Amino acid sequence: MIRFLRQQAWVLGLLALLVVLFIATKIIQPNYGASDFTALMRAVLPYAFAVAAQAIVVIGGGIDLSIASMMAVTSVTAAVMMNGASEEFALVVIPFVLLLGFAMGALNGILIVVTRVPDIVVTLAMLFVYQGLALLILGSPGGAAAVWLKTMIAGTVPIPGVPDWITMWIPNALVLLVVLLAAVWIPLKRSHIGLSIYAIGSSELAAFRSGVPVARTKIIAYGIGGLFAAMGGLALTISTGIGAPIPGPYLLASVAAVVLGGVVLGGGRGGLVGPIIAVFILRLLRTDLTLLSVDPNATTIIEGTIMVVVVMLGAFLTMRGRSS
Amino acid sequence: MSAVVSTPATAPLGQRAKRFMSDYPTVPLLVLLALLLVALHILQPGIINQRWAAQTMQFAIPLALLAGCQTITMLTGGIDMSAGTVASVTAYVLGSQALHHDPAVAVLIAMVPALLVGIVNGIGVGVFRVHPLIMTLGTGLIAFGCLQVYQRTVIATGFQVPDWLRWLGTGQTWGLPNSLVAFVPIAAIIIFTLRSTGFGRLLYALGDNERAARLAGVRYWQVILALYVISSLLAGLTGLLFLGLIKTASLTLVDPQLLPSVAAAVIGGTSIFGGRGGYVGTIIGAVILRVITTMLTLMQIPEGARMIIFGAIILAVTAIYLKIIEDR
Repeated sequence: MIRFLRQQAWVLGLLALLVVLFIATKIIQPNYGASDFTALMRAVLPYAFAVAAQAIVVIGGGIDLSIASMMAVTSVTAAVMMNGASEEFALVVIPFVLLLGFAMGALNGILIVVTRVPDIVVTLAMLFVYQGLALLILGSPGGAAAVWLKTMIAGTVPIPGVPDWITMWIPNALVLLVVLLAAVWIPLKRSHIGLSIYAIGSSELAAFRSGVPVARTKIIAYGIGGLFAAMGGLALTISTGIGAPIPGPYLLASVAAVVLGGVVLGGGRGGLVGPIIAVFILRLLRTDLTLLSVDPNATTIIEGTIMVVVVMLGAFLTMRGRSS
Repeated sequence: MSAVVSTPATAPLGQRAKRFMSDYPTVPLLVLLALLLVALHILQPGIINQRWAAQTMQFAIPLALLAGCQTITMLTGGIDMSAGTVASVTAYVLGSQALHHDPAVAVLIAMVPALLVGIVNGIGVGVFRVHPLIMTLGTGLIAFGCLQVYQRTVIATGFQVPDWLRWLGTGQTWGLPNSLVAFVPIAAIIIFTLRSTGFGRLLYALGDNERAARLAGVRYWQVILALYVISSLLAGLTGLLFLGLIKTASLTLVDPQLLPSVAAAVIGGTSIFGGRGGYVGTIIGAVILRVITTMLTLMQIPEGARMIIFGAIILAVTAIYLKIIEDR
């Protein structure tokens, strides 16, 4: 038990911080209730998926700058395909978009492996390519989302036998997030591939010499990153009802949350739980700033500053760790 | 560039051609520019005249300046993603301050945000060792937030593009754009600094082998701090010129130029990994990009496809340069 606690100290610390923030929110705004919590969860969804996408790539020793653009591409693709189509057609759209996300991520990985250009340069170039693609698919915000998808992330889960005052704190969006992340992450982490991703993240050379197929593992890591990005893009389309071809501020947010969540930039360490808690912390901070009636534009400044400071501290700690 | 791809790697001639190209990167660039001009002439006969040339130069000059930020930071293995936002901020602040102050005072006020962003970038990259790309993206975001807040406070006071800036940005004398008056000295200073001063050599040394440079006694953070401040100030100047060229109040005036600026530096032969490149190539790269833009506009290629093409160019050129370096 103590060993478990020590191993998970960082994550538990983040969890404690999250609880403190919730209490602070309640103090700032005593009326903060279940419906606000549900709204928060819906707002968190795209961010959480972006962070998951970044986390898996960073664990594998890379970084993907094109995540926000991939989200834009998947978002507009879904919105355009669902526009005017029947409700059932969405059942075709979702697998297609997820596959598209995986393909885009895997393409990043393939380009990195084939050209041997560093990930940061390849994904920077692909950031622009995907952003252009999104603009080609949809010039301005538009399209539509199926109604049943929209209702899926709205409201709360009714569980028979559990009183209302508990279920109203379990929004559909949260359940969806946990289920989707777990469905990809848990099998992956227990599989050979998951281990290989951690291995190439800690030391590509050592992994190669131990017989890990480095190129294939890297492509898969980027592919799964793309898959999560596609989920984020879908979440974006579903929660707003339209597709947005201009990428949101997800890149910096994802890097900041990954660093705050205990995943070391450079790879090989960390998990998915920490970054997800971190993204909740960052979003809740924004809510608090809004509740304190800070100018929304000033909120952008504060948020940006927090993210930059987090990344700076993360880099500083990595540097200290390396020199000691 | 196309010559590199087509030469067979086995022949000694190909080897020599490669070496020649990495030693004199401006020669193949000029050849490429000439080829593009021929292609443009075939596409639309008669388009290449003195007026078109002046206009192309007018737009290429701010692009080349912004690409200068990327060039000098890339020499150390960095990049300046905040340059576009800094330029927009400077332009907006100048436009709103020009009503109340002397030109010189207004320019000084407008350059303050650029200076601050440069200092923060330099500290983040030099002291805390954050990756330059992430650091500058972050400061760009913060600067944009500040600009939005600032916009609220000045919305009542009005926005004006001063006449001297219009003259500098848009005016032409004897068929040559007036912005050359600003550009030629700046470019000369950059080229001279990179080629013949200690600071320039430090940049190349850091980009080539940071560890060796440190062991040789280079104070990393001081060089990087100075570098990013210079880059930001250069971005600020670009913003001023661009305001004179476009003459509108916009919060994202120069932002669309960021991707072309990275592309111009990369095409110009500056290695994104550091230690290799120069500003002459970047200037030619900027002109090449403007010619390509003209061609894309003529062919009525939409904005999205243009971004895809530019992104692909960055990736392809980087991969080719990497190949050349590895083969040596």
